[in-house]
Amino acid sequence: MRHSEQSGIKEEIMDTIQQELLSQVAGLHEVPEGAYNIRANGELAGRNTTANIDIITKEDRSGIDIRIRPGTKSESVHIPVVLSKSGLKESVYNDFFVGEDSDVTIVAGCGIHNSGSAASAHSGIHRFFVEKNAKVRYVEKHYGSGDGSGERIMNPTTEIHLAEGAVLEMETVQIKGIDSTVRTTSAEVAQGASLVIREKIMTHGKQRAETDFKVDMAGADSSVNLISRSVAKEHSTQIFRSRIVGNASCHGHSECDAIIMDEASVSAIPELTANDIDANLIHEAAIGKIAGEQLIKLMTLGLTEKEAEEQIVNGFLK
Amino acid sequence: MLELRNISFQAENEDDGKEIEILRNVNLTIEDRFVAVTGPNGSGKSTLAKIVAGILTPTEGQIFLDGTDITDKSITERAKLGIGFAFQQPVRFKGITVKDLLSIAAGKDTAMSEICSMLSEVGLCARDYVNREINASLSGGELKRIEIAMIMARKSRLAIFDEPEAGIDLWSFQSLIRVFEKMHEQTKGTILIISHQERILNIADQIVLLSDGRIEKTGSREEIMPDLLGAGQPCRTLADKL
Ligand SMILES: Nc1ncnc2c1ncn2[C@@H]1O[C@H](COP(=O)(O)OP(=O)(O)O)[C@@H](O)[C@H]1O
Ligand SMILES: [Mg+2]
Repeated sequence: MRHSEQSGIKEEIMDTIQQELLSQVAGLHEVPEGAYNIRANGELAGRNTTANIDIITKEDRSGIDIRIRPGTKSESVHIPVVLSKSGLKESVYNDFFVGEDSDVTIVAGCGIHNSGSAASAHSGIHRFFVEKNAKVRYVEKHYGSGDGSGERIMNPTTEIHLAEGAVLEMETVQIKGIDSTVRTTSAEVAQGASLVIREKIMTHGKQRAETDFKVDMAGADSSVNLISRSVAKEHSTQIFRSRIVGNASCHGHSECDAIIMDEASVSAIPELTANDIDANLIHEAAIGKIAGEQLIKLMTLGLTEKEAEEQIVNGFLK
Repeated sequence: MLELRNISFQAENEDDGKEIEILRNVNLTIEDRFVAVTGPNGSGKSTLAKIVAGILTPTEGQIFLDGTDITDKSITERAKLGIGFAFQQPVRFKGITVKDLLSIAAGKDTAMSEICSMLSEVGLCARDYVNREINASLSGGELKRIEIAMIMARKSRLAIFDEPEAGIDLWSFQSLIRVFEKMHEQTKGTILIISHQERILNIADQIVLLSDGRIEKTGSREEIMPDLLGAGQPCRTLADKL
């Protein structure tokens, strides 16, 4: 009953452009299962809470608190944001409190459609407080559309606090349409906790994407793994910065693997700091064009050079 | 039928920048079922295969496929005309799976059952391999066998295999030969195999012996094999392997 009511609200407020954005960033074609909060053009367009997951509107500033009770298992929270009004600029503060021993999936995402000439911008500031032994899968997608000259700007900030034994796996994808992005992620990892971040980025035109990771491993047996795969086409620019600090016996690994095409530019700037003799830190970075032999192999299978290039790029970012 | 007329290939030596002649005036007609090309390392076998596939452009000469001059045709055009080429060193791809590559090779999204039968022909269990990426996690031998499966998927009427035996570690020559026979049954085309292996040369209808960029001799198996195995030892590498 409750679901059909909610879906009614959504359809009234959201138009087809917004629904398209929603399906791009959250894979949502209808109202999601479980808890959700949908924000459209700066306003609440739908919310559902469950017995274990509460969503509360912040009073001091724009944003929500998501409270997940200890021991919550196999539940999900969707918090997509869509912007279709040209020139809208907003900053949203969302805090996630994930209780001990819970195991949840959080899907955030932002879609901007800009067909006007003024820049549209969304800055999402997400903070995660993941309690002891809790496990979070966090999926974030960014997408832009519309043919206006106004820029589509997204500056997500993610701040992660992992308590003892907590695990957070983050997947962040930005494949299309965002003109300018600065993605800042910082994390503090306690004893036995583990953080994995997988990032996929494709830029084209004159787009610019900057990634900035800073991870402090504070506790023994903590670990972090940052994996970035990106493709920079045409005149776009990408900068990948990662700073990993090991303050205890820990494992840190970061990897930046980029395909550069046309007139693009890619920088990878790693920084590793070990403050403990048992801190084990590795950084790998590879930037290069598509290997000629890969193109040739696919052409001997009957693809044109252009088709071969597409297959290689799609596979790389899959 | 494939015909090479006066094919020469020159390249610049990477060390001193001098022009070197890698293939000299190669004339060759191929129309049998199985044709083996053999010769010492560095004699120009892979270069010859790449020229036929369109990967290298000959400095001089012409290439005909069933009477049509294909010298100026691109790699893609030649692939579409039915030339398939299994590389000596297979290429790795991040993110592209065995299923993706076999589907590209077949020119269509291929059903699991078909992929399964292609992989089992080359001694791989589909369940373990379909979704594997063609990346560094696969061994050289596994890659070589996937490379062979791709040519089977293409059903090429001229299929070129560059030293396929390198992939048969856990498999067998008998199975490799069965793949060639089965392929011929399906395509009724020509299968050109670059090889050092006596067991492969033994199934060839025609053998071509390359040496220092030239065809030293070519003829039927009966004509060529005695020389290869005989006291003259025209080919040391080959003798080492036999
Ligand atoms: N692009 C190139 N530039 C310079 N030398 C080459 C090039 N390609 C091949 N060669 C040389 O040509 C000779 C023949 O090579 P290849 O055809 O690979 O021989 P095979 O396959 O018979 O072992 C070798 O001496 C090799 O080093
Ligand atoms: Mg060779």
